Amino acid sequence: MKLYCLSSDAAKPCFVLSFKELLIMLDCGLSAHSVLNFLPLPPVPSTRLASLPTYTPPHINDPLLEGELKECCGRVFVDSVPEFCPPLDKVVDFSQLDVILISNYTCMMALPFITEETGFKGQVYATEPTLQIGRFYLEELSEWLSEGGATGEGGPGARRWKELVHLLPPPLAQAVRPRAWRRLFSAAALARSLARVRVVGYDERVDLYGALDATAVSSGFCLGSANWVLRSAHEKVAYVSGSSTLTTHPRPINQAALRGADLLVLAALTQTPAHNPDHMLGDLCVHAALTLRAGGSVLLPVYPSGVLYDLLECLSAHLEGAGLGGVPLYVISPVADASLAYSNILAEWVSGGKQARVALPEEPFPHAALARAGRLRHAKALHHLPDFRQPCVVFAGHPSLRFGAAVHLLELWASNPAHAVIFTEPDFPYVEALAPFQPLAMKAFHCPIDTSLNYSQANKLVRELRPRELALPEQYAAGGGAGRPHVGADVPTVVVKRGAAKAAAVRRRAARGTLCGALAARAVPREVAGGSGGLRAAPLAAELRVRDARVELVAPPAPARAAPLHWSSPDVEALVRALAREGVGSARVEAGAEGEGGSIVHLPRHDTLVHVEPHATHVFCEGRPDVRQALRRALAACLPHV
Amino acid sequence: MPEIKITPLGAGQDVGRSCILLSMGGKNIMLDCGMHMGYNDERRFPDFSYIVPEGPITSQIDCVIISHFHLDHCGALPYMSEMVGYTGPIYMTHPTKAIAPILLEDMRKVAVERKGESNFFTSQMIKDCIKKVTAVTLHQSVMVDNELEIKAYYAGHVLGAAMFWIRVGSQSVVYTGDYNMTPDRHLGAAWIDKCRPDLLISESTYATTIRDSKRCRERDFLKKVHECVEKGGKVLIPVFALGRAQELCILLETYWERMNLKYPVYFALGLTEKANNYYKMFITWTNQKIRKTFVQRNMFDFKHIKPFDKSYIDNPGAMVVFATPGMLHAGLSLNIFKKWAPYEQNMLIMPGFCVQGTVGHKILNGAKKIEFENRQVVEVKMAVEYMSFSAHADAKGIMQLIQYCEPKNVLLVHGEAQKMEFLKDKIEKEFSINCYMPANGETAVINTPTKIPIDVSLRLLKAEAVRYNAQPPDPKRRRVVHGILCVKDNRLSFLDIDEVCEEIGINRHIIRFTSTVRFDDPGPAVKTAEKLKGLLTEKLQGWSITISDGNISVESVLIKVEGEDDSTKNIYVSWTNQDEDLGSYILGLLQSMVQ
Repeated sequence: MKLYCLSSDAAKPCFVLSFKELLIMLDCGLSAHSVLNFLPLPPVPSTRLASLPTYTPPHINDPLLEGELKECCGRVFVDSVPEFCPPLDKVVDFSQLDVILISNYTCMMALPFITEETGFKGQVYATEPTLQIGRFYLEELSEWLSEGGATGEGGPGARRWKELVHLLPPPLAQAVRPRAWRRLFSAAALARSLARVRVVGYDERVDLYGALDATAVSSGFCLGSANWVLRSAHEKVAYVSGSSTLTTHPRPINQAALRGADLLVLAALTQTPAHNPDHMLGDLCVHAALTLRAGGSVLLPVYPSGVLYDLLECLSAHLEGAGLGGVPLYVISPVADASLAYSNILAEWVSGGKQARVALPEEPFPHAALARAGRLRHAKALHHLPDFRQPCVVFAGHPSLRFGAAVHLLELWASNPAHAVIFTEPDFPYVEALAPFQPLAMKAFHCPIDTSLNYSQANKLVRELRPRELALPEQYAAGGGAGRPHVGADVPTVVVKRGAAKAAAVRRRAARGTLCGALAARAVPREVAGGSGGLRAAPLAAELRVRDARVELVAPPAPARAAPLHWSSPDVEALVRALAREGVGSARVEAGAEGEGGSIVHLPRHDTLVHVEPHATHVFCEGRPDVRQALRRALAACLPHV
Repeated sequence: MPEIKITPLGAGQDVGRSCILLSMGGKNIMLDCGMHMGYNDERRFPDFSYIVPEGPITSQIDCVIISHFHLDHCGALPYMSEMVGYTGPIYMTHPTKAIAPILLEDMRKVAVERKGESNFFTSQMIKDCIKKVTAVTLHQSVMVDNELEIKAYYAGHVLGAAMFWIRVGSQSVVYTGDYNMTPDRHLGAAWIDKCRPDLLISESTYATTIRDSKRCRERDFLKKVHECVEKGGKVLIPVFALGRAQELCILLETYWERMNLKYPVYFALGLTEKANNYYKMFITWTNQKIRKTFVQRNMFDFKHIKPFDKSYIDNPGAMVVFATPGMLHAGLSLNIFKKWAPYEQNMLIMPGFCVQGTVGHKILNGAKKIEFENRQVVEVKMAVEYMSFSAHADAKGIMQLIQYCEPKNVLLVHGEAQKMEFLKDKIEKEFSINCYMPANGETAVINTPTKIPIDVSLRLLKAEAVRYNAQPPDPKRRRVVHGILCVKDNRLSFLDIDEVCEEIGINRHIIRFTSTVRFDDPGPAVKTAEKLKGLLTEKLQGWSITISDGNISVESVLIKVEGEDDSTKNIYVSWTNQDEDLGSYILGLLQSMVQ
């Protein structure tokens, strides 16, 4: 068994596990940190962004670099369409992948990079909400970027700067392998890729080519989020990615299914270990209420699903309590309507409390009621809201602030200190996200809400699950700076880093098959004395049927004689006596060749020699079958056998 | 041979109520726990005393599985769990768990408050009962205990209806509940994978019918309704609150819209909105089309269909009313029927099956006068139409399902004896598998092949695969492996001989025999060997015979030729003890060649 790591971002993992002749990809996260190096892509042309000064590195005069870099408040940005950092494609040939298992919608954004135009022929499995909400995320991204003509291969982008990265000022200089960055896929590639996904339910056993069973079990992180358990009759691998032990809206984590694995792969822990999500939610409500009361509006750059539902629920209740019940809440996203409607039909995927509401029957999430009451409005884009009222709370993407409606709102509100922007998504450092909008007069708050496991929760989980071996991305391992939180367990640990493969200790010895009753009845197992106790054995000749990698042992039509097993060595005296009983007398015993400790039994009447050695008996005889049978019987009588 | 035993306590050669006992591998499972709508006395509940004459029932039943929310499948559940005292696990899907208590409560009200029955379960009992239910999702494998596993498949009969696959050890059964193999206006078609169960327990309500295409039936239905209301008649459609009602509502709604009709359409029950809400929230259980379009327009928001009020019964003029319950055995639909039946211009459309003993059943059988309690007699002059909209599989559908899942045996329930007989014949002929149809209280016993789980050594398999792949491909070639069957702590493994020796720490002792044949064949020894190989290849077809350095080997048999060029050769034939048969055969062959 081998584990490859293809992603440098532990929160957007991508592993490949090779096991039982299968190549199984675990998640395909897309690292979007790279987009922070680019200038924002405003939905409405912005004069401020267009008039930023061009940057040229000192002492460099490269005409090809002309206009590729712009400067804003001392930071250099690439003036081109944003690019993403997909999983490494040099280590594993994507056309050889058999299966892709997706744990949740935040870890599947690179799917089209893997499945389209790579010769990929395998299967992709995800839960239904993962597919649907993942579709919202991807379509939203694709729609924003295609508005700016920034998907697919169309049009040349800035490229020259990648050759000169080492000469550029930080943080651009620290960009990791910018030459591997890619533009977002086209909408068509996205649709093709999502059409490949096969939907599974929690605890549904998916048969992977007869070799393994894969089961998605609830991970408690978001709607439809799953940990995957790969199981054969003798081995068990658990992939724990994006899990949460907190109580929020999704179904709680199923820990029992992960217990006792031979290998536990741990990924996508919290990105903000220092922030408690509950406190952050409280802070957020307070900041929002204060801003609104002072007549300012609040912008929350968010994804179109996930924590958004909790934010809507908590914030609306808090504002109501603060006497701000009349403040409109807007959700602006190309997929807002679908996301809000869809969340309310996922009764089977939500927590017990929300499920109980469905039995009434009421929607599991209160935002349907908020929408009916007119407090919550949603729109595809800002200009679809003719009666946009302020002060208000706007939920809009993208959290990186490089594209989407949030860019436009930030441009509008940046100079007004009454307004506030509150960052809740943990994927991007907020200071960097805001950099191209500097100087900024509006307030900025950082209240990251990441419900994924933190390090102490992860350590506790590993202790409880008792895997035989643990695999971690290097970011989570001990070492590299004292005091840095890490996952430490008293089990053998394999640390993997991007581009590397590590062998795990799991070794296979047997396959599980079935034995048919008729054949079982034929075998008469006998106690094996001398061996370790309690073992019974019988020689068996079976017809082997292998179908879909399943092994079946059935009775052969013509009963083939099973090969007996003899062990130990015969006592020569006993052999001579046994031979006499069989009617083969007048045996002479001679010492064998010197140094070997064997002996030779000579049967002159039958022209036969029996060489008896510690591990073998060799009979030289003339062709008479009756003598040979007698010899066999005699040998069998003085050798233990089954 | 291991057995599977099935005893229907209901639904054995009848359609009244489903309750089937299944035992296999030491587990007892109750499939559905329905009540009979045609009876008002204790006969309406299954005879639980069959399971245990007295004493606790929980120890006798490992789990109860409910296929869908119709009362003839779940009606006796509160009775069983709260009054008989069953405390074990109960499984059903999420929509069933949400909707069943409402229908149960509805029925309880009719039985207790209208008919004044006693010894019936209370509202609280229904609530307590539903609390004990474990909800399952489609395709989820649920381990009831270490050995018993169940899994639900989509059945398409009503919202949340499921078929269940049940496995104990190597034995498996599929129970269909009620299912529908053709997608309709709001539900998809039943689906199951090729799970090859030992037994398929299938409903057979429409065992002999091959229904005409759905479109025709729909057109027929709309035409009849339209004609009736055009003439000023009133149309009564008795339905159950959830299920067919929604399909017919969608149908009428779109027709009314298209034809721009203004006649009032009513849905008679406070449940309407609530019922439609369930559909909205469990939209993942409806068909593809509704699921795809629900964000833009929810199909269950009806514009033309208004709630009904009792006072409308006597309103003059045309109208269409959907009223519950569906079999005209009680409640509002029966009240409306009594009022409207004596008038010729009115029409009754029965869109589903009626159980024996109900008013609906009598009318469908052509009764022109119905007697009620208190000597009330109603003359039936209104037109009566029966249109089968019940979402059951027809004969074609049943055969299709058998084809899908490839069972080794089929057992028919939930149908009438004669019709079952016909279908049984058909199944046995077409699939050459056994088909059973036990009556209530009768037990069907099905033998299944023994399959014992065993661990097969990879070393053994790999060695065999190498040998097998070395030969020219032939899918019919039998693959025989030799090894040692080991039993330890009740676990079986099949190992290579050397592995066994390592495992238990013994030294293997090999016995080898060598015989010499003298052969007068001038020429170099290599030539002789070639000649022998030719002979062996001819005689031992299907064996792999190799020759290297003048030594021929077949399995463990070695043949070596020695001797000077122009003299008699010594042919040594040597084999190990386990290849005695082959060795002695070859020796015999060479001896006869020499002579």
